[in-house]
Amino acid sequence: MEQLTLKSHRFRAEREAQWARLEELLSRLERGANRKLSDDEVIEIPVLYRAALSSLSVARAVSLDKSLIAYLESLCARAYFIVYGTRTRLTERLSQFFAHDWPNAVRGLWRETLVSGALMILGALLAYVVTLHSPEWFYAFVDQGMAQERGPDASTAELREIIFKTHGPDGLTVFATFLFTHNAQIAIFAFALGFACCLPTAFLMIYNGLMMGAFVALHQRHGLALDFGGWMLIHGVTELFAVTLAGAAGFRIGWSLAFPGEKSRFEALTAAGRQAAIVMGGVVVMLAFAGLLEGFGRQLIVSTPWRYAIALATAFLWAFYFYGRPAEGERP
Amino acid sequence: MTMTDVQENIRQRELTTPEGVDLRLVLADAGERATAFLIDMAIMAGVLIAMTLIAIGAGIAARFKAAEIVGTIWLLAWFFLRNFYFMAFELSPRAATWGKRSQGLRVVARNGGPLTAEAIFVRNAMREIEIFLPLSFVFGAGGGVDGWIAIAGLVWSGIFLFFPLFNRDRLRVGDLVAGTWVVRAPKRVLDVDLVAAPTDVELAFTTAQLDAYGIKELSVLEDVLRRADPDTMKAVSTRIRNKIGFTGNVTDSNFLRAYYKGLRGRLEGRLLFGRRRKDKYDTA
Repeated sequence: MEQLTLKSHRFRAEREAQWARLEELLSRLERGANRKLSDDEVIEIPVLYRAALSSLSVARAVSLDKSLIAYLESLCARAYFIVYGTRTRLTERLSQFFAHDWPNAVRGLWRETLVSGALMILGALLAYVVTLHSPEWFYAFVDQGMAQERGPDASTAELREIIFKTHGPDGLTVFATFLFTHNAQIAIFAFALGFACCLPTAFLMIYNGLMMGAFVALHQRHGLALDFGGWMLIHGVTELFAVTLAGAAGFRIGWSLAFPGEKSRFEALTAAGRQAAIVMGGVVVMLAFAGLLEGFGRQLIVSTPWRYAIALATAFLWAFYFYGRPAEGERP
Repeated sequence: MTMTDVQENIRQRELTTPEGVDLRLVLADAGERATAFLIDMAIMAGVLIAMTLIAIGAGIAARFKAAEIVGTIWLLAWFFLRNFYFMAFELSPRAATWGKRSQGLRVVARNGGPLTAEAIFVRNAMREIEIFLPLSFVFGAGGGVDGWIAIAGLVWSGIFLFFPLFNRDRLRVGDLVAGTWVVRAPKRVLDVDLVAAPTDVELAFTTAQLDAYGIKELSVLEDVLRRADPDTMKAVSTRIRNKIGFTGNVTDSNFLRAYYKGLRGRLEGRLLFGRRRKDKYDTA
């Protein structure tokens, strides 16, 4: 009897087992048990996926069972993301990142990096000149918590003590970790702010420069500028460069939002976002390194020449790593 | 068409696989996204509290000698939790945090390609301005900042927080920049085929009786049968009986099942000849 066995019902009965098999394999994969899948089972997935897709096309054409179509759509989507999602191993991904992706992305942002660095230097010069002439301006640039006991009223001896203070090894790990997490959060923030059309990021860069300039001027008045430079630059080369790059990444995003060029705004933003993300991933690594230098290096090494030596070494290291090699396109 | 059907059509997006089949993904709505996020925040808060208790406990147990290492671990753990909780889960094959999983959602690249680590990094790093920036203005109001400035800042940063409500695709800023969107990807089980379940009686309908309805009514009938609510079944059954002039003495459930089977057979039969009868007003 035709009424009793609908074509759509026979269609379903013939393929149901295949779908269930695919569903079982997917569930195991999604649970992260991919090591437990045998080679044969891994090869089975794309075959079953294509079968399910063709079932979906047929079902849409011949079946009016709504729940069946919804089931197949969900099954096919799950399988699609497994089959076409790339599965590179973490180690491969990381080596690719440090060998190519990161330096290339940083090189690609050279204009933004220059702007970002220039803004910081501008801020530093401004605050330096102003504070050198009238020290009472110091607190306009640096807030109390940041300054601690350093300020226009501090004596030369007090300033010297901070610069050459040696903690014992106690407390340094917590200190280093705190510096790293704090700075990384600020950098991510500066990056995210770029979305608001660059302006807040620009402000943050200038502000960062202002604080630096005010501190340098303060120490200059006591003849300690050189020593302060060593105190700051031992980790500062890495840290300031990382912050500059974070600002540059933010600028790239804000700029592509405001001026997408020939692409559509969405496309431009997505392309910029991808590049900026790579840079930012690296910035977090740089800040971890800077945190170690600041937390351990600065407290254990108290000689100004040595501090400058380390600062120079890190400067060369980063410059060579990012800009020292030929661009990817020029390679044979 | 029911209300939910209309909403799903507005939020349905095309994703054509390389094999040429459109998967017809449905975007998650703002409520689901918000719920998922709140669940994730609750989980993060829970882990943080547990971590703090363990740290305090460990500090006391070690008589504060190991306080330094405990403090370091706590700081790092909080940093990784805040920044990498979302990333780690979205990098997994299911591309969803626990909150999203509970709502049956997942993250998908808008172009249908593979979801890259970069995209996931961006969409989560942007959370800084979406969530933490408004929060900092809320809590900054007491900290010496002028009240009006804090309110202005809150309004400004509120634009980022409520961004998903202002665009058709429910994209948050992070999604926009990363080129991703969040879709519904619930796990469905295959329901029984309603025509396969045995009925107690076999009823035969005339072609005229089966031509009373179209595909839309069939799908409503399917919902009614699957929900199996006696009152609704009775009401629906009465309407259909009156409309097609059926007088046989059978239970509502048996009548509806038999009519569903008959109607689906009739409509699917015509479908094979290229006639898709949308609803009862369609004369195709």
